Amino acid sequence: MSNHPSRRKPPRVGDNPLFRRTLIGIVLVIGFFMVLAPLVIIAVEAFAKGWQVYRDTIIHPDTLHAVGLTVLAALIAVPLNTAFGIAAAWAITKFDFWGKRFLLVVIEIPFSVSPIVAGVAYLFVYGLQGLFGPLLDAWDIKILFAIPGIIIASMFVTASFVARELIPLMQAQGRDLEEAATSLGASGFRTFLSVTLPNVKWALLYGVILCNARVMGEFGAVSVVSGNIRGQTNTLPLHIELLYHDYQAAGAFASASILALLAVFTIIAKVLLERQGAGRVRKTANPAEKTS
Amino acid sequence: MKIRLENVVKTFETFRAVKDVSLDIESGELVALLGPSGSGKTTILRMVAGLEYSDGGHIYFGDQDATDIPVRDRGVGFVFQHYALFPHMTVADNIAFGMKVSKVKRDKAAIDARVTDLLRLVRLEGLGDRFAAQISGGQRQRVALARALAVDPKVLLLDEPFGALDANVRRDLRRWLREIHSELGITTLFVTHDQEEALDLADRVVILKDGRIVQQGTPQEVCRDPQSAFVMKFLGDANMIAAEVRDGRAYTGDVSVDAVGVADGKAELYARPADLDWSEQGPGIAATISRVLDRPDGRRVLAATGAGEALEFDVEPERQVRAGEAGFVTLRRAKVFAA
Repeated sequence: MSNHPSRRKPPRVGDNPLFRRTLIGIVLVIGFFMVLAPLVIIAVEAFAKGWQVYRDTIIHPDTLHAVGLTVLAALIAVPLNTAFGIAAAWAITKFDFWGKRFLLVVIEIPFSVSPIVAGVAYLFVYGLQGLFGPLLDAWDIKILFAIPGIIIASMFVTASFVARELIPLMQAQGRDLEEAATSLGASGFRTFLSVTLPNVKWALLYGVILCNARVMGEFGAVSVVSGNIRGQTNTLPLHIELLYHDYQAAGAFASASILALLAVFTIIAKVLLERQGAGRVRKTANPAEKTS
Repeated sequence: MKIRLENVVKTFETFRAVKDVSLDIESGELVALLGPSGSGKTTILRMVAGLEYSDGGHIYFGDQDATDIPVRDRGVGFVFQHYALFPHMTVADNIAFGMKVSKVKRDKAAIDARVTDLLRLVRLEGLGDRFAAQISGGQRQRVALARALAVDPKVLLLDEPFGALDANVRRDLRRWLREIHSELGITTLFVTHDQEEALDLADRVVILKDGRIVQQGTPQEVCRDPQSAFVMKFLGDANMIAAEVRDGRAYTGDVSVDAVGVADGKAELYARPADLDWSEQGPGIAATISRVLDRPDGRRVLAATGAGEALEFDVEPERQVRAGEAGFVTLRRAKVFAA
C-alpha cells in the first residue's frame, strides 16, 4: 500500500528513508563484525582440533580448578555486593544525611575506574611492601596472590552494580510507601521485607545478574592480585590467557567457550527478568518501575 | 481524642517552615488546615503524625505528650495525597496490612471480617481481590482511607486527600468523607490548598500563611469576617479598591462604606464579585467594561475604573452588557483594611 501515491505520507522528523536505512545498515555491520563474529570464532576454534581435545581441556584439573575458583568468587562476592548495594541504595534514597552526594560519587568510582588501577591499588595496600603488608605478614594472613585477594578485587569492580540499579528506582518511588507502612505500625525490618523489597525485586535481581556476570568475567583487577598460579589462584579468565600464551589456542578457546556459555545463560536470565519487569510496569501503570 | 499543639516550631536547614503554631482540636472535630503552598500546613500534619519531629514545642494527644512518640506507636491513620497503596498487594491485603503487623495479634478470621466491614464502609464490596492499578483514583483513595481506619487510629490525618482527583470525583468524595466522619466520629485533621474543599468539609478552618496561623474559625466565621486582606483574598475572588478612611467610613469616588475600627488614612477596600452591582447611571465608581465571560451560572464582567483598578463582578445571565460600555459600580458590602 505504500506505493499508492496518494497514501504515501511525508516522513516524520528524523524518519528520512535514506537516513534510516544507512543507520540500520551501519549498526548491523558493526554488530556482526564486532560482536557476533568473535562469538562464532570461539565456538569454531574451540572444536578446531576435535571433540577429544575440547573434552580434555575442559576436564583438565587446572581448568576445573579455574572454573571452581571463578564460581567460588562469584558465590562470595555477589551476595556481599548485593547486601552492600541494598544498604547503599536504602541509605541514599530513604535518609537525608551529610555527605550523601559524596557517597553517590564513591559508589560510581568502581564503575568508571579501570579495574587494573584497582588491582595495583590493592598491591599497595595489602602487598608486602604495602600499607598493611608487614602487619598482615606478621599475623600470617595472605591476601594477595591468594583467594581473598581475588575475591576482594572482584568485589571492588562490581560494588556499584546492584546499587546503580536500585537507586534510580527507589528514588522515583519516594518514601510514601515506607511512611505508610510505618504509620500502620510496621517495624523497619518488616517494612523493608514486605513493602520495599517486593517493589524493587526485579531491579534487584537484574543488578545481581549483571554483578554476577562481571565477577565471573573480571580479568584486569584479578590478574594483578592473583599471581596467576596454575591450579591455585587462576580464575577462568586468567586461565584462558595463560593457555593462549602457551600457544594452546584450542584449549584457550575451549575454556573461553565455558565463559561465553555462562554469559549466554546470564543474558537469557536477564531477558526473562526484563519480561517480568515489563509485565509489572503494565500492571501497576507506574513508569517509575521501569528500570533500564 | 483531643489534640493540642503548643508553640510548635519546625525548621528545614535554614527555612523556618512552621513558626510557633498553637492549635486545639476537639475530640471528634473535623478541622482543615488551609493555606497556599509553602505555608507549612503539610509540615504541621506530618508533625502530628510523627513523620517529622518538631524542633520546639509540644504535641499532646489527650493528656499524653506525644511529641517524641515515633509514628509507629503514635496510633494515627495517615492518608497520603498519592494514596501510597502497596502496589504488589491486593486491596484486601492493603487494608489488612496494619492488622497483620500490629502488636495486637488477631486471628485470620477476625482480620478477614474487619476487611469486609471496611470494604463495605468505603463502598468497595467485591473489589478486595483487585490490585491498586486496577481501580480508579477515587477508589484508591477510599482504599487508602479504609487501610488507615483498619488500625483504629486515635486521629485521622489526610494530606491533600483529593488533590490528585478530578473535580467531580472530588466533590463526591468530599460529601462521602463528611458522612464517614459523622458515622465514626473520629478526630480528623486534613490539609488542603483548596478553599472550597476546606469550607465544604470542615467544622473549623485554620488558615496558614508563612508558617503561622493567620485566622481560624468555622466556615461561617472566616467567610463573613476575614481578619486580614490575605484571608479575604485567599478565600475567594476579591476586588481591591484604594480608599480613604475618615471617622469610621471609607470613601472611594462617590461611594462610601462602613469601616469602624480602621484608622484614618489610606486603606484598601475589598469586595466579592457578587457584592458589586452594575448600573448605567451613577452615583458609583465610574468604570468601563473590558470583557464579558459567560459562565453556567451567570455572566462575569471584567472592568477597569478610571484609576486603572481592575474589577470583577457578576450580572444576571439575561443582562445585555458588552465590552467598551461605560457605567457605574456600587457596593453592597465590603471589608476595609488599613493599607
